[in-house]
Amino acid sequence: MTVPLQEKLAKWFIWCAALLTVSFLVLIIGYIMVRGLGKLSVSFFLENPRKMGSAGGIFSPLLGTVYFTLLTMILAMPVGVGAAVYLSEFTHEGPLVRMIRFFTDALAGIPSIVIGLFGFSFFVVFLRPLTGGWSILSGSLTAFCMILPIIIRVTEETLHSIPRSYREGSQALGVSKWDTVMHVVLPSALPGIFTASLLGIGRVIGETAALLLTLGGSLLIPTSIFSPARTLSMHLYLVAMETGEFSVAFAAAAVLVLVILLLNLGGYYLVQRLFKRMAGAQ
Amino acid sequence: MLLLCALASILVVVLVGLFVFIQGYPLLTKTGFFSFLTGRDWLPGEGVFGILPMVAGTLAITLGALVIGVPLGVTTAIFLAEYAPGIIALWTRRAVELLAGIPSVVYGLFGMTVIVPLVRYIAVNWFGNLLAPEMKAGYGILTASLVLGIMILPTIVSVSEDALRAVPQAYKEGSYALGVHHWQTVYHNILPAARTGIMASVVLGMGRAIGETMAILMVAGNAAALPTSIFSPVRTLSGNIGLEMSYASGEHAQALFATGVVLFLVIMILNGIALLIARKGANDR
Repeated sequence: MTVPLQEKLAKWFIWCAALLTVSFLVLIIGYIMVRGLGKLSVSFFLENPRKMGSAGGIFSPLLGTVYFTLLTMILAMPVGVGAAVYLSEFTHEGPLVRMIRFFTDALAGIPSIVIGLFGFSFFVVFLRPLTGGWSILSGSLTAFCMILPIIIRVTEETLHSIPRSYREGSQALGVSKWDTVMHVVLPSALPGIFTASLLGIGRVIGETAALLLTLGGSLLIPTSIFSPARTLSMHLYLVAMETGEFSVAFAAAAVLVLVILLLNLGGYYLVQRLFKRMAGAQ
Repeated sequence: MLLLCALASILVVVLVGLFVFIQGYPLLTKTGFFSFLTGRDWLPGEGVFGILPMVAGTLAITLGALVIGVPLGVTTAIFLAEYAPGIIALWTRRAVELLAGIPSVVYGLFGMTVIVPLVRYIAVNWFGNLLAPEMKAGYGILTASLVLGIMILPTIVSVSEDALRAVPQAYKEGSYALGVHHWQTVYHNILPAARTGIMASVVLGMGRAIGETMAILMVAGNAAALPTSIFSPVRTLSGNIGLEMSYASGEHAQALFATGVVLFLVIMILNGIALLIARKGANDR
């Protein structure tokens, strides 16, 4: 085989592989949309599920998803951002920081079903008086453990990308370290922190395995953070596996995919605008 | 206060290990860790707990996923790092990110309704005479590997691309200066230089594959028996927990926690290997 032919073949092969990868995405999203979009209607969103979810709408799982996601983010954002600020602003590379990094990476690798087992034995059983057993709170605390690494990592990367001159300029004016972080560093890191939260939300919405063991899976409308609930992805799984009613499952999948698309594309757009606003203000 | 936040991830990992271990420990001492791992029978009703079928199932599916995901993922990474023009690279990268964002239950649903019938068709029409009836349902190793192979693509693509991009520009320029063509440069200079990073991506993809639960539950068939062909329905370690935890109690629940201990240990070892590979890569440069 001559060299130019070999080069051509390799190039052709590589383009095909990339095309195949992208086509999986298009195929999956396209298929889910084609089979799911038709069933979506206002009443599908506003009706409660009937007959274990095989009939009716998705109101209570939708509400459960919103409550659960909100609570998880309220728990995870302060801790994750706090950890990132500590790691990048208040300490130097050392054994402790290396250990924190190692454990954060390790946590990101632990399968969600194992975190679910932990959430079940710790939050659901051991802390039952505080969390109410299977409840939105137990589920959120479990999901908190899962998304902590993402939030820490993305926020830390953002903090590292902020020029040193910002911090030095502020401190040269006699501003304390804490106030520099609060009024100079964190505001300029806002787009990155926003991205971190969007990634966290995406992960939480898609999560199912750990929630099967901690959230309870109730179809009733949740009344407080101590009541059990189910999320849309749980609903999809339970409906598909227990009732075999694929039209509801596809509709739920279409809603999930739409939300993920919105988070990805809309989030990207918003971050761009935030960056521009910040650039304009400086 | 901030230090407390930073220590949270250490605390969580320790608590996870501790609680899962404490719950699984009684059963592990009763049956013995080794006989739990190599026991061929999983009969919760009779108090017999052996997870060899699940270990075999996990290995088979993970291997299958790697066979599908690694060549495709690494080639896509080469495309992104070396061949794609700017705007196409940008959109391909975002497509891969989106692939990572799709919930695993959606992959499972896609697998159940598209790949299962496809594999069923192949099993019935091409191998109909050879296979036992339970292998013709379409649920099994092959289906799960196909679904999982797609699911691990984002991990492999992004980590491999980073590795390829970290290769010093001088390697490439030196090669070009000698009149070597693009693909030859990639194949003989860049890929070998990036091999540790690519290996790390494979190990991380493996971790992802072993930990995945929902999509596998939906397409693997979940039979707790040793597989005999790639069409055999199998159960994975994570699937075992997800499937039975909702109704298990007593010793049965302990056995599921013990399964969790095995899974936890495997993932920790894989993470350690990935870290070692990454460190070795950093030293080589």
